Amino acid sequence: MNTPDLQVTFCGKLFRNPLVLASGILGTQPELLARVAVAGAGAVTTKSLSPHPRAGHPNPSVLKWGPGFINAVGLQNPGVEAGVRLLEETRRLLEAQAPEVHLIASIFAETVEGFARVAERLTAARPDFIEVNVSCPNVAHELGRPFAADPEDAAAVTRAVKNATDLPVIVKLSPNVTDIAVVAQAVEAAGADAIAAINTVAGMVIDVRARRPVLANEEGGLSGPAIKPIAVHAIYEIYRKVSVPILGIGGVTCGEDAIELMMAGATLVGVGSAAYWHGPEMMGILAGQMRAFLRAEGIARVCEVIGAAHRTEEAW
Amino acid sequence: MAVNDNRAEGLPCSTACHVRARIVTVEEENYRTRTFTTDLHWPHARPGQFAMVWLPGVNERPLSLLSHTPVRFTVAAVGPFTRALHHLQPGDALWVRGPYGRGFPITGRYMVMVAGGYGVAPLHFLAQEARQTGCHITVIVGARTRRDVLFVERFTALGVPLLITTDDGSYGRRGTVADALADVIRGSHPVDAVYACGPAPMLEAVNRLCKAARVPAYLSWEGIMRCGMGICGTCARGAWLVCRDGPVAYPEDDSSTSINAGGIASASHTSRLPR
Repeated sequence: MNTPDLQVTFCGKLFRNPLVLASGILGTQPELLARVAVAGAGAVTTKSLSPHPRAGHPNPSVLKWGPGFINAVGLQNPGVEAGVRLLEETRRLLEAQAPEVHLIASIFAETVEGFARVAERLTAARPDFIEVNVSCPNVAHELGRPFAADPEDAAAVTRAVKNATDLPVIVKLSPNVTDIAVVAQAVEAAGADAIAAINTVAGMVIDVRARRPVLANEEGGLSGPAIKPIAVHAIYEIYRKVSVPILGIGGVTCGEDAIELMMAGATLVGVGSAAYWHGPEMMGILAGQMRAFLRAEGIARVCEVIGAAHRTEEAW
Repeated sequence: MAVNDNRAEGLPCSTACHVRARIVTVEEENYRTRTFTTDLHWPHARPGQFAMVWLPGVNERPLSLLSHTPVRFTVAAVGPFTRALHHLQPGDALWVRGPYGRGFPITGRYMVMVAGGYGVAPLHFLAQEARQTGCHITVIVGARTRRDVLFVERFTALGVPLLITTDDGSYGRRGTVADALADVIRGSHPVDAVYACGPAPMLEAVNRLCKAARVPAYLSWEGIMRCGMGICGTCARGAWLVCRDGPVAYPEDDSSTSINAGGIASASHTSRLPR
């Protein structure tokens, strides 16, 4: 059998493979984004960029915990103006070193208008996509409930960003809601070109010897293997209710995990915490594992597995 | 100690992010620097590796290891975190995770170790380990002025030749550690490897010298860190992750990812963490 084909099409753009560096992981420097891209990513995502620079939360802010991680970085970023330079420099490096890899600009703001302003400003740097982070779970003390907690709020941000940019818009949703598919339907109706799910799962770890939460911010977001079934379920539910493509994210640490999220309905698969085990060169490793799975299962093209878990009756 | 969780039976158990350690002794090194000995044993830790140390309610910071059995840290009180650490007494607790990072390799027969300021700790750890392999070691310790010079007694006790430099000549030779290193490299003994830890301008000077003389240099860099384990990217200098690729940069590192190749100059997006 020939080498299995990992190419997928997402929002009309061809990706060499479905693997996307998730926002918040290694997305701080152009050279680092390029390193992840060269090692085999289909796309890379910047750290979320906001209207003004943010220092983020004090340490401890990113911790290994049991079968995963908990973090409350608090959206540390250099602000939208430095963000433009980050995108332009990353674009320049990608064109030289990995021209087929797409660049996703993640954005965040405190207000609907702020989201539109950041989207408009960053559009000038020509990333391939804008990813709208309405779902950070660890800034509630400062900013209150995230926009993704309410379908109407998430839709309002989506509409504002769509009006501010001609780039395809991915809206990243929170699992910390009763029914994520309802939020997905609302942002689809508001014009979202794609949906990313899930952001981290709200959580807390208390050190029983220190008798206090370990994160300086107290609450944070869980990632890593601990949340993969939550991600798979969320993607499965969203896939049933919307027709725009899904960027599935949550707990992928190997090629078969990526296939699992695709079978739930994801076209693209975000990879983040896996860097702990595989390092910045993780994408080539995961792509190789995906190919090995497809070859062993006699599947010629990875796009055949998208949503495959929904077709159990046909398979019988 | 009573078994208070499932661990002994191999069942799932509570998982903390840090290990609690107790301070056993505190030693004064100079007017602002102390060495803390803990009750923690990390026999697998290597010279040049670091721990993330958490003081609940204060902060969490990377600290180089001075030794692994027991784990010791040498810390200068220069900011809120390190001043809080200096308040700790024997019996007090601190929370630790690690060890993290890539440390120094022990390579060659003649090693020269260059320490600036409180960069002495990982190099003392390295000298102690390297001495057991029978290689020849020269140590160069430098500081601004006499009262900042650290570890003269500790290195002397190891029995390794020690050169001291101060910027103002108040102790040892007047000048920088790089001046002293240049003389050692020019000396009669061919140097197999140079190991350095200290402020960035010092490391850059050491690197330039070693490149010109074609001597392999192993340089330990500092970074502002969050995760300490290669996922957040906060400490990145260019493509190079101080916490995971380093903190020790090797001469054979690929030029595109190595801090030795000038990655530091492109670290334009790094910013300080909140205290």
